[in-house]
Amino acid sequence: MKPFGYVRAGSVEEAAEAFAAHRGARYLAGGTNLVDLMKLGVERPAVLVDVTRLPLDGVEELPDGSLRVGATVRNSDLAAHPVVRDRYPALSQALLAGASGQLRNAATTGGNLLQRTRCPYFQDLSKPCNKREPGSGCGAREGVHRDHAVLGYSEQCIATNPSDMAVALAALDARVELYGEGGARSVPAAEFHRLPGDHPERDTEIRPGELITGVVLPAATAGLPSAYRKARDRASFAFALASVAVALRVADGTVAQAGIAFGALAHRPWRAVRAERALLGGPATPDAFARAVDLELAEARPLRDNAYKVPLARNLAVDVLTRLAAPART
Amino acid sequence: MATTGTALGAPAERREGRLKVTGGARYAAEHSLPGRAHAWPVPAAVVRGRVTAVDTSAAKSTPGVLAVLTHENAPRLAEPEDPTLAVLQNPDVPHRGWFVALVVAESLEAARAAAAAVRVEYAAQDHDVTLTADHAQAYEPETVNGGYPARREHGHPESAFGSAAVRVDVAYRVPPLHNHPMEPHTSTAHWGRDHLTVYTSSQGGTAVRGTLAEMFGLPEERITVVAEHVGGGFGSKGTPRPDVVLAVMASRETGRPVTVALPRRLLPAVVGHRAPTLHRIRLGADPEGRLISLSHEVTTHTSRVKEFVEQAAVPARIMYAAPHSLTTHQVVALDVPTPSWMRAPGEAPGMYALESAMDELAGALGMDPVELRVRNEPEREPDTGKPFSSRHLVDCLREGARRFDWSRRDPRPRSRAEGSLLVGTGVAAATYPVLVWPSTAQARALPDGTFVVRLNATDIGTGARTVLAQIAADALGVPLDRVRTEVGDSDLPSAPLAGGSSGTASWGWAVHEACARLAARLADHAGPPPGKGLSARADTAGQADAESSYSRHAFGAHFAEVCVDTVTGEVRVRRLLGVFAAGRILNARTARSQFVGGMTMGLGMALTEGSTLDPVFGDFVESDLALYHVPAHADVRRIEAHWIDEADAHLNPMGSKGIGEIGIVGTAAAIGNAVHHAIGVRLRELPLTPDKVLSALAG
Repeated sequence: MKPFGYVRAGSVEEAAEAFAAHRGARYLAGGTNLVDLMKLGVERPAVLVDVTRLPLDGVEELPDGSLRVGATVRNSDLAAHPVVRDRYPALSQALLAGASGQLRNAATTGGNLLQRTRCPYFQDLSKPCNKREPGSGCGAREGVHRDHAVLGYSEQCIATNPSDMAVALAALDARVELYGEGGARSVPAAEFHRLPGDHPERDTEIRPGELITGVVLPAATAGLPSAYRKARDRASFAFALASVAVALRVADGTVAQAGIAFGALAHRPWRAVRAERALLGGPATPDAFARAVDLELAEARPLRDNAYKVPLARNLAVDVLTRLAAPART
Repeated sequence: MATTGTALGAPAERREGRLKVTGGARYAAEHSLPGRAHAWPVPAAVVRGRVTAVDTSAAKSTPGVLAVLTHENAPRLAEPEDPTLAVLQNPDVPHRGWFVALVVAESLEAARAAAAAVRVEYAAQDHDVTLTADHAQAYEPETVNGGYPARREHGHPESAFGSAAVRVDVAYRVPPLHNHPMEPHTSTAHWGRDHLTVYTSSQGGTAVRGTLAEMFGLPEERITVVAEHVGGGFGSKGTPRPDVVLAVMASRETGRPVTVALPRRLLPAVVGHRAPTLHRIRLGADPEGRLISLSHEVTTHTSRVKEFVEQAAVPARIMYAAPHSLTTHQVVALDVPTPSWMRAPGEAPGMYALESAMDELAGALGMDPVELRVRNEPEREPDTGKPFSSRHLVDCLREGARRFDWSRRDPRPRSRAEGSLLVGTGVAAATYPVLVWPSTAQARALPDGTFVVRLNATDIGTGARTVLAQIAADALGVPLDRVRTEVGDSDLPSAPLAGGSSGTASWGWAVHEACARLAARLADHAGPPPGKGLSARADTAGQADAESSYSRHAFGAHFAEVCVDTVTGEVRVRRLLGVFAAGRILNARTARSQFVGGMTMGLGMALTEGSTLDPVFGDFVESDLALYHVPAHADVRRIEAHWIDEADAHLNPMGSKGIGEIGIVGTAAAIGNAVHHAIGVRLRELPLTPDKVLSALAG
């Protein structure tokens, strides 16, 4: 077997140092994806830096009205958090739509953002995959790809990001906080994941050794009507065929603020910027929603077997937008 | 105190239930014998070809590795009856995933790492894994699974269909399906000085012992096969699989006990699957709905290793009266893994197609689908003309309709909407043959007033231990708690496998006979039994396998209510109700569990389960339970299984029919028919996943 080292870090700085000190290190949080990939031989870390004991397990309301979620907050705890349920319902719903109860109890906020694609070719060492082994080719392209991308893919890679949580974060204008050699920085959640381009091996904008320390949900989307909806092959415990997260503010029948992100359509949560722009200042009607979403999905390039994703994503988005726009019942 | 005479039929709890939920029940991998080693197979990475070179140097130098077996150094075994067991015997690769090497090591982790380090070179050939209805290599086999003739024809089905007033001519497709039992195929073998002991996850240890004796040249009395607890099989453990051959081989080569627990990802290629079936069904009826012509033509695949033909057109031979009929099977040998049994082979896919077509015919006739089936109820078995030993399909349909409130249904498709949901209901019939095999059993009365029943039956989670004790208590006329059952060990009196819904009938018959003989001996014996007790044996050979002059089948009816989400194309089953006529029900609790389990698996077949052959790489893409979607709890909302009391004197002493498989038969058709009723569009390819349903909704 391939032996690996194990280091338990007590602080963020200690974790970053341990990572820098060991070639081939990986951060270990809930391990729900990393350990599976190690068993498959897809991930072969030399050292695991365990970050589960870092003091990052709190959810904190900041003075400016935003909410900071520590990187090691468990998915189930975050979904159940009263402030999240109250102010960011789309996030709570997205978390609960993911995986199973047992997995959500183990999985963390930071780990969820760093989970790898579930593309079967990525997971099978006997087949080519540019993400796993750059330059080896893409097995899914001519193989079986009903679940793969329709937006933003490249010649090299048609994989999708599997996270539900990340879709809600993207729609809610969250930021991902990072700590690394260069100190602390943050990036918008919608830009944290990359499109594959010529480097499908890179899932995110994270720099080598950088650690996710938390996620900040801004005051600007707090309390907005928001929702997450996911379509899947079975009623629970299945990855999305398509999903959507929407945060919407309607004033006097007009769209005043909109955040829309799609899941399972691309290599990253797909922030529907075109659709949002088209909606702003316009009427909050189903027709307007449909036109805006169509505008966004016009650039979709379905593969041989996944054309259904375009109307599915459209239906999901129009449905959620329409429900959120409906005047609140008293 | 328990009373006598009520054991049979009572909802007795599973005797090993407590052991199982507390972790005390030991499965095949959990026999950690001293010095036990672990083995990990290496699957072929080409679809068709030959191994030209194997470099095992890196694997051998992995710390903890004890041996690396390949076709070059593995012991030559006697040719098995089942060619899928001839592992590491030659360099040929008949399909992707076929085992080309086995690493044996001190730990599972070392074996896995070393297996990844084995370098195999191949000479690959072009391959074909794609089944089509008009495949050039399709042929009609002599027989299909179960020994049935591939073709049966009565009258002039073609011309009768052509002149029928109302006609349905439709095609359906059922994809490959996988059994995926919770416990993967696993064996722990210990080749001792004089004796081979094997703990294996199998539906029948007797056949495992026989196969190992033949392949390894050992007399059967020097082999013990233990299958005490089995975490599901659904047909895929009906006969030995490569894991047991590899474990024995590895133990012999290393002199150590060896466990082979097949990793989930390797299962789809080596332990069988339900072959895909392409169906063409033509139904011709008169305006009153009486069938004039029925034809069911099936095309399926097999591997190049052996011929296995899913007998999907066979149930059409017994279901409905039609003066003209045709049932045929065509098979194509492709470069695919070898198909095998999966819960109700033949009936499950065949009845999906037939019962969907019957629903289409009811639609074409403007007739209620329950009444259409009642109208075509045959007096005798249509194919052989034999009388039925008992047939209560109509009673099942009527009782199910009553419980389901079917009479209030608006038959018009797409007539019921709830917001963005479309709601529909559907019905389908079920059938499964009565199978029974000879068995032996021993019953012993002990001086303390208790009894032991011994035979090599296998309890694959069905409650066999429990129901056999009930049969014994009933035959002995003693309370259930005074009877103990010993099963799952080939040193016990020999017994057939748990398969074909035949286990309880076959074993129970022998248990009943042995206990009846013991009761007679006890009646002649004054006072308590002597020190070693009194015993009696039975062997039902010649009885159980005697040709019956009756056509013997269980029947049932499924009713389903579904809602289809027009936003997503997601189908959810709100209610599933089955009514079965399966002879005498011997244990109300475990029987319900069997029916509900079968229906749940049918729900999976309808909505979520399916394996896809990758046209490029030649293997099944769904290689884990994240991609192969068995139903989750949330998919199964309201599910009910009922039965009618059915007395049948032509079966076995208990009057029972098998119940392990009929629950899955027809379920998918009932759900598919309900989906059609909900959305007004007929989908003819399973599973009914959102991609397909959404396309149908879009028209």
